[in-house]
Amino acid sequence: MVEKIKARVQELLASGKIKGFLGLRERYGHVGPYLFTDPNDLDGMSVGDGAKPGDTRYSLNKQLIRLVRCYQDDAFGVLVRGCDERGLKTLIASNQLDPARVVPVGLACPQELADACECMKPYPDEYVAGEQAEGRPFAGVAQIEAMAMEERFKVWLAEFAKCVKCYGCRDVCPMCYCKECTLGSKDFVNVGTLPPQNPIFHITRALHMAGRCIDCGLCSEACPADIPLRTLYKKIADLVDQEYQYRPGYGEPKASLTIHGLGDAPQH
Amino acid sequence: MDYRNVLTTCTYCGCGCTFYLEVLDGHLVNTIPCKTSNLNEGKLCVKGWSVHEFVESPNRLTQPLLRKDGKLTPVSWDEALDFTVKRLKEIKEANGPDSIAFLASAKVTNEENYLIQKFARAAVGTNNVDHCARL
Repeated sequence: MVEKIKARVQELLASGKIKGFLGLRERYGHVGPYLFTDPNDLDGMSVGDGAKPGDTRYSLNKQLIRLVRCYQDDAFGVLVRGCDERGLKTLIASNQLDPARVVPVGLACPQELADACECMKPYPDEYVAGEQAEGRPFAGVAQIEAMAMEERFKVWLAEFAKCVKCYGCRDVCPMCYCKECTLGSKDFVNVGTLPPQNPIFHITRALHMAGRCIDCGLCSEACPADIPLRTLYKKIADLVDQEYQYRPGYGEPKASLTIHGLGDAPQH
Repeated sequence: MDYRNVLTTCTYCGCGCTFYLEVLDGHLVNTIPCKTSNLNEGKLCVKGWSVHEFVESPNRLTQPLLRKDGKLTPVSWDEALDFTVKRLKEIKEANGPDSIAFLASAKVTNEENYLIQKFARAAVGTNNVDHCARL
């Protein structure tokens, strides 16, 4: 798979269409983000499949925003899976990225990963490597919804109680680009003390994921307490779809996102 | 164009988590935990996540400072050390060795920690040895 990605990247770099390609590289025995700029120096490129498919994915879009903003005359390529492409679409709709200066290089995820992620669309619209796998429903969400309300609440309170307030979920999130974060503002949460307020800290984050989360799962992977954040945000996405007929990154981006957010609060 | 992801180890505690420091134009802009590290497995604590902030912080101590006439003044290492020795001796003389405490560090070598506790116990004469995590 990586050979096809490498070939495409080489083409893009050699033609001068992009100044650099933000992908992954193995160096010093570890796989991490890397900006490839030389078409003849692509050895060690990785697609983020380690022991299991997709287990060494990184928040490349988050880094891309900074890169594109800093080097205003250049275009950059970026490795995208289905989720990353959803991220790009939403970031472009929110004016965080200039589509003229971003060249995605697509990778379709294997079924094993699509199953693990419960991903509805495990492939970008266009991809140069991988094969289209079947989307999966949100089984984790259904499992929780099968519980009675009181039990559900207990389950979530118990999960949130494990939180050590590392801010990893927010710091890794490719969609968290706010200069001032609500979770760092003393008007909304207790700043500088532990434990985080349960459940208001986590509900606040979850609400901020409405219309924003593109279901990449990096938050759950970054959580040292193994809180199933992704499942919670999948539920938020279901609610947003119900009320606003909008799921970030799927279908057409909501044009009003840049100014009005999702829209008026549902009246019921 | 200067954009790098530099693999390194956290300076804070004895765990030594692995992460990438994102460098843009010679400045640290972000911290990215390493997914392939057997130690931290792509996760970090709050100190690790914000480690890039302190390196270039204007609050960072870059030279010895001595308070003279109520004002912190840059001095040489020799002057700073001479002052420290003089005052430690005076405090020990006036209040006894247990009026002084020492804070060792998770991030220095075992040998350096041995030295500090040896200094505390043998040179100053106190058992008041604790750890930087208490700060």
